Amino acid sequence: MRKEPSMHLETSGAQFMTRLLAPLRELGTFLGKRFSDFVTHLGGMTHLLASSIAVSFTHPPRWREITRQMFNFGVQSAPVVLLTGMATGAILALQTWYQFRLMQMESLIGPVVSLSMTNELGPLLTGLMVAGRMGAAMAAELGTMRVTEQIDALRSLATDPVRYLVVPRLIAGFIMIPMLTAFAIAIGIAGGAVVAIHLKGVNATFYWEKTKLWTEPSDIWVGIIKSAVFAMIIVIVACYRGVNASGGAEGVGKATTGTVVTACVSILISDFFLTNILF
Amino acid sequence: MANAAHTNTTIDIQGIVKHFGDQLVLDELSLEVFTGETIVIIGGSGCGKSVLLKHMIGILKPERGRIFINGTDIVPLSESRLLEIRSQFGMVFQSSALFDSMNVWENVAFSLTEHKTMPRKEIDERVKYCLDLVGLGGAGEKNPAELSGGMRKRVGVARAIAHEPKIILYDEPTTGLDPVTGDTINDLIIRARERLAVTSVAVTHDLHSAYKIADRIAMMVNGKITVVGTPSEIRASEDRALRQFIGTSGTAAFMG
Repeated sequence: MRKEPSMHLETSGAQFMTRLLAPLRELGTFLGKRFSDFVTHLGGMTHLLASSIAVSFTHPPRWREITRQMFNFGVQSAPVVLLTGMATGAILALQTWYQFRLMQMESLIGPVVSLSMTNELGPLLTGLMVAGRMGAAMAAELGTMRVTEQIDALRSLATDPVRYLVVPRLIAGFIMIPMLTAFAIAIGIAGGAVVAIHLKGVNATFYWEKTKLWTEPSDIWVGIIKSAVFAMIIVIVACYRGVNASGGAEGVGKATTGTVVTACVSILISDFFLTNILF
Repeated sequence: MANAAHTNTTIDIQGIVKHFGDQLVLDELSLEVFTGETIVIIGGSGCGKSVLLKHMIGILKPERGRIFINGTDIVPLSESRLLEIRSQFGMVFQSSALFDSMNVWENVAFSLTEHKTMPRKEIDERVKYCLDLVGLGGAGEKNPAELSGGMRKRVGVARAIAHEPKIILYDEPTTGLDPVTGDTINDLIIRARERLAVTSVAVTHDLHSAYKIADRIAMMVNGKITVVGTPSEIRASEDRALRQFIGTSGTAAFMG
C-alpha cells in the first residue's frame, strides 16, 4: 500500500500511454471478437443452409415430420399473425383516414392499406411474429435436444441431424410462412376496409375500385417472395442456434433469445435489400 | 494405412489430441480395444472419458492422431461416410438421451424404422426382445418423462442394442443410480456381451462396476491412458495415480 504513490511517480511516458490506451485496446479486442464470432456464425448458418438444400435434393422428404412441423407453424403462429395483420390494417386505415380526410382523398385509403400490407407489412410483421413464436420454440426444442445429448444420440444411431431435424422444419417453414403471410395480408386489407367503410363511412364502391386499380398481382408476389426468404432466415437461425447450444438450461435460454434477436435483425436488414431488389 | 490395425483389434486409437478452447482434453492418447472384449476406462470426473468415447464413434474429431475402426481410419471421413460406420455402433449415453418426443417403443425401434431394413412385424419382435432383455417388456407405450432414471438407462441400453451393433459404448452406465439398479445395469452389460458377442467400451468412475464387467481396465489421467490391465492386474498395480483413485473411490464407497 505504501509503495503505491512512488509507483505512480516512476511511471514513464510509455507506460502512461499504455495505460491510457488500454481501454481502447480492450474495445478493439472486444469488437474484433464480435466480428470474428459474426463471421463464424454467418459461415455456420450458410453451411447449414447449403447442407440442408443438398440433403433435401438427395433424400426423399419425410412427409410425416414435415406435416407435423407445418401443423406446429400453423397452429402456433396463426392466431398471433392474424391478430397482428388485422390490427395493422385497421390502424393503418384509421391513421390514413385522419390525414386523407383533410384533402378529401378517403377513397385512396384502400390502395394505401392494400399496397402497404402486400409489399411490406404483411410479410414483415408475419416474419417478426413467427420469429418470436416459432423461431424461439424451435431453438428451445433443438437446444434442449442438444444439451440432453439427444442430437448426439441421433448421430450415434446413424441418423443425420440435418436431415432428420433441420430439413423438415425448413420445408414446413417454406410452405407455411408464405401462407400465413397471405392470410395476414388478406385480413389486414379486410380490417382496413371495415374501419374505413363501416366506421368512417367511406364509399364502399370507390374504396374497392381504387384498391383493385392500384394493387397488382406483382405486389402480392413481392410479399410472398419476401416471406419465403424470411422463412429461410427464421428456420436456419433457430436450428443453428439450437443445435449449437451449450451449457445446460442457461445455454438453451441464450439460444432462444439469441434466435429471436438474430432472426428479427436479419429479417429487417434483408427486407431493406429485398425491397431494393424487387421494385 | 489399414495395415496398422491388428486383425483382432476392433478399435485402435493412435495418439489423438483434442482441445476445448485452451484446455487440453486428450493428450496424445492411444488405446487398443480387442474384438469381443469389454474394456472399462476409469478416471476422475472431467478427465475426458466421455470425450474419448465420442471420438470412437466420430461424434467428435481429434485435431491430430488416428482412430481405426476395424481397420478404417475414421478421422478424415465425411459425416455421410461416418453415418455408415456408426451403424456398427450402439451407444448408451450418460443422461440416457432418450428422444422425449417419442415413447419407449419408438425410441427402441428408432434405428430399425429409420433405416428401413426389415418389415414391421420383425421390428415389433426385435423391439419386444430388446425390451424384455432389459426387463421393461410392458413399458413400450410409456413416455420417457414417466420413467425413473434407472428405467431410462435400461431403455437407453435397449435402444443401443436394437440394431444388433458390433460395438457398444457405455458412457457412465451406472452413475447416478442406486447400487441395486446399478447392479442390474452391470448384469445387463454382461448379458449383452454374452448374448450378442459384442465389443464393449464403458467409461465410469464406479470401480465396483468396472471390476464386475471388465475384461480389461484402463486408467485415464490428464487426457492420457496411464495403465491398462486385467482387473487383477489393476488391483495389484503400484501406479500412484491409480492407487490414489482406487483409494479415494474405495473410501467414497465405504462412506456412501
